[in-house]
Amino acid sequence: MLSIEEVMHIEKLARLKLSDKEREQYRKQLSDVLDYAARLNEIDTTNVPPMYHVLPVTNVFREDSPKQNFSQEDALKNAPLKENGFFVIPPILGGEE
Amino acid sequence: MDLADLTAHSLIELIKKRDVSHLEVVNSFLERIERCESRIKAYLSLRDREDIISSIREDNPYSALLIAIKDNILVKGLRATCASKILSNFIAPYNATVIEKLNQRGFNIAGKTNLDEFAMGSSTENSSFGPTKNPWDLERVPGGSSGGSAASVAMGESVWALGSDTGGSIRQPASFCGVVGLKPTYGTVSRYGLVAFASSLDQIGPITKDVTDNALLYSIISGYDPHDSTSLKLEPYRFTELQQDIRGVKIGVIRELMGEGVDNAVKNCINEAINTFESLGAIVDEVSLPHIDYSVPTYYILAPAEASSNLARFDGVRYGFRAFGQTAEEMMSNTRGEGFGPEVKRRIMLGTYVLSAGYYEAFYLKALKFRNLIASDFNSAFKEFDVLISPTSPVLPFKLGEKTENPLEMYLSDICTIPINLAGIPAISIPCGFVNNLPVGLQIIGPTFSESMLFRVAYGFEQATPFHKNRPNVGGR
Amino acid sequence: MDYEVNIGIEIHAELLTSSKVFCSCPVRFGDPPNTLTCPVCLGLPGALPVLNKKAVDFAILTALALNCQINEHPIFHRKNYYYPDLPKNYQISQYDTPIGINGYLDIESEDGEKRIRIRRVHLEEDTGKLLHSSGHITHSEMSFVDFNRSGVPLLEIVSEPDISTTEEAKEYLTNIRDILIFLGVCDGKMEEGSMRCEANISVRKKGVQRLGTKTELKNINSFRAVERALLYEIDRQIKVLSSGGEVVQETRHWDEKNDRTVSMRGKEEAHDYRYFPEPDLVPLEIDKSWIERLRSLLPELPDQKYEKYKALGLPSYDAKLLAHDIELSRFFEETVKIFDNPKMVSNWLLGDITKELKDRNKFISQTSLSPDILAEMLSLIEEGKISGRIAKDLLPELIDKGISPKRLIEERNLSQITDTESVLEIIRQVIRDNTNVVEEYKRGKEKSFIFLVGQVMKLTKGRANPKLVNELLKKELG
Repeated sequence: MLSIEEVMHIEKLARLKLSDKEREQYRKQLSDVLDYAARLNEIDTTNVPPMYHVLPVTNVFREDSPKQNFSQEDALKNAPLKENGFFVIPPILGGEE
Repeated sequence: MDLADLTAHSLIELIKKRDVSHLEVVNSFLERIERCESRIKAYLSLRDREDIISSIREDNPYSALLIAIKDNILVKGLRATCASKILSNFIAPYNATVIEKLNQRGFNIAGKTNLDEFAMGSSTENSSFGPTKNPWDLERVPGGSSGGSAASVAMGESVWALGSDTGGSIRQPASFCGVVGLKPTYGTVSRYGLVAFASSLDQIGPITKDVTDNALLYSIISGYDPHDSTSLKLEPYRFTELQQDIRGVKIGVIRELMGEGVDNAVKNCINEAINTFESLGAIVDEVSLPHIDYSVPTYYILAPAEASSNLARFDGVRYGFRAFGQTAEEMMSNTRGEGFGPEVKRRIMLGTYVLSAGYYEAFYLKALKFRNLIASDFNSAFKEFDVLISPTSPVLPFKLGEKTENPLEMYLSDICTIPINLAGIPAISIPCGFVNNLPVGLQIIGPTFSESMLFRVAYGFEQATPFHKNRPNVGGR
Repeated sequence: MDYEVNIGIEIHAELLTSSKVFCSCPVRFGDPPNTLTCPVCLGLPGALPVLNKKAVDFAILTALALNCQINEHPIFHRKNYYYPDLPKNYQISQYDTPIGINGYLDIESEDGEKRIRIRRVHLEEDTGKLLHSSGHITHSEMSFVDFNRSGVPLLEIVSEPDISTTEEAKEYLTNIRDILIFLGVCDGKMEEGSMRCEANISVRKKGVQRLGTKTELKNINSFRAVERALLYEIDRQIKVLSSGGEVVQETRHWDEKNDRTVSMRGKEEAHDYRYFPEPDLVPLEIDKSWIERLRSLLPELPDQKYEKYKALGLPSYDAKLLAHDIELSRFFEETVKIFDNPKMVSNWLLGDITKELKDRNKFISQTSLSPDILAEMLSLIEEGKISGRIAKDLLPELIDKGISPKRLIEERNLSQITDTESVLEIIRQVIRDNTNVVEEYKRGKEKSFIFLVGQVMKLTKGRANPKLVNELLKKELG
């Protein structure tokens, strides 16, 4: 069973603000699914290669030819808040640059 | 029959023979929508009547055959909500490649259909805008996640529709609604413009009234797309008149999908279907896919993992719903907390967990290995058989609210369809019987690029049975 | 000092492709915000990446120039973290299969040549740009995002912590930058942000084998900042250790204004990037023929040129200056092909021509001076047809207008006067016109001689051969 701290840690990683009720509910439901998923341990897969890609395809490229795609208006069309051609968001405080 | 209940190929015939006009055809669909939509709720948004009528081209029969598009496929200028609050006001600024292809052929879009939010679900009950009803029984689910598309076709609100399938989301609703749904080989239909759920599993596919329509629509939407690195550079499928002959075709019945977990009523229909196949000269035998039981846990690790990453972009910065927050980080967390529904949040949490430090090997990597095992099982089976069959769903269409309490129970009902997505192979669901007037679907599975074979076997069965002619008899038709 | 220092440097270089790494949007700087975007680099729902082949070529070229082993089966991974300038909230990057590994760069250090090992070279996408309403990341009311830069291809070059001094760090950075410029893959302009650098530093007592705890330094935006930031941090760490404390592993920010590094601890969470292979891209297969084709396209790099120029007789310092300047070295080599006096060509390029370029704030390629023109001018000097003085005076015009020096000399009658008769005539005239000065000279004033020479040069408009003038004047004056 996942601990509440573990759930809160995932919440933070996933940037999902949960209510206390949701947190408790997900704690139980996630634990159920994870316990069920642990069935995969029934089989030893040490020598089985992981299937990263379904298609046997490699080297798909584009040529380096530039194209004008969106206008500024297109880019900002669905923006919740915009100003002078920029997307506007609440301030970042400290952390990364 | 009402024009709205005819297949696309029949309507094209009638239009070519001038027995009926484009406008008459379009109006019959619009009237059907007017009469039934308030009860079925297949659509999230409809194009204006004037726009639909003005899209008619007298020299192009396709422009009379209204098509419904699942609301996670982008149509420029129309809303694309993915049935989520977080995109409730999002207007698509570009067309998905499949829509460009439809536009080139003059297709006429009726509107955007309802789905489980972000395609996560098997009943369309996870839509933030209310569920769609099954046209065969308004108290039951139409299946999911492409429930709106399947219901629209079954109800005659459109001739055909596009859906998307990640773990069964085209096939299962097609089965529940008594129509035909194809999940194509991974890579044959472009995903550009399909809102990604699980990138290595998603495919767009056609939902239609019969197999001929399905093959026709598939030939139009499939093909290489330079915008999609996972789309294949192959000779695209070209539609040809379907033949009825399936003598000598070797059909394998998947033993593990005809076992305990399957309703007897469903099993009976499948067994009947086996008889039909044999009477048509096909050779039917049983086959075992030993790792298929691990499909559900494998899928419910891989799909949420990819989804947790694909849905990270919904953060209120550039589009969609934005909640209040004093800092950018707070705004993003609040937006996602408020904007996503419970099933979506559940899967994001699950996916984040199985990718996180310390758990990647135990869960994600392990699941990728099982994916290999499951794909190998299919490869071995296809050495002996041309196609495999199984029920599309282990249960009959269930009642609204019946499975919403326990997510795990809902996940387990995907057991028949999930393995196909994991292997990247194609499968089609066709009606194969009715139990208490509820449709039962038969799933026909083939190796990669075997769509022609699938259409052939499906057509053979379809033409030998009456099921494709049934239409739901819900009051108001 | 009884401490040893270990510095590792991580460089991010913006590649000079015409379009972005995963979409066809143009790579350009200085445009109005959000005018170079599309569904892919904006992270719109339904968008998918498609890899720019040229970006891969550039990555392989760089890895080869840095003596790396090329990974024949690289794939891309998603690096998942949330930040408003990252439109998908994941960055498509490379995790455990970078394009190049185990390379090296030899640099000149105090104790001679030193090999700095290069751990990896990989390809990834750049983020958008964040601006803050108060101009600074803290104390702002809101922030603004521009996605023009989102999706620009970035090459990440990571060294092992083999660097021991700030001089070596600068040398390493300079060399990497020059290589990138010579390859044509990056313009190396740190101040413009097209080349960014982070460093990790640790110190340990001399003799101790294990590396000390390292701190990561960010926000180093110029060569000057590199030097000052590293010096400060080394000093800080030594102070901590020698007073009995322990260095905390953390990220520190270089505060340019206050000349110090500031801890970011508390403001930084430990990142769990949840790397997994990018399902929207297929794996790369880099076969031998691709690698060899690119290897054959490798241009001569600075250290090879340096050796070559020294062998041509140039002094070390001059050879080094030339070898590290992509335009001058090219110009030098072209000119020497026509006029085979490397030392003379080099002197002019590094001397007067560089001065003229600086005055105009131009690169040589932006002027009208060509190797042909320079070679012609130098030939004329060597043949004695014009004096060095006159050549120097003509230089600005050659640079600005690119006229043939031969023509200029003919038109303006500037050729050096070397015939004794004409020079003698002028000398006699000068003597006639300056009898006082001649008297002064005859009385022993040396300076007067120089004055008289000057007068001759003036009358000949500088064209007289100075040596000849000196000879003849002395003779005439007795």
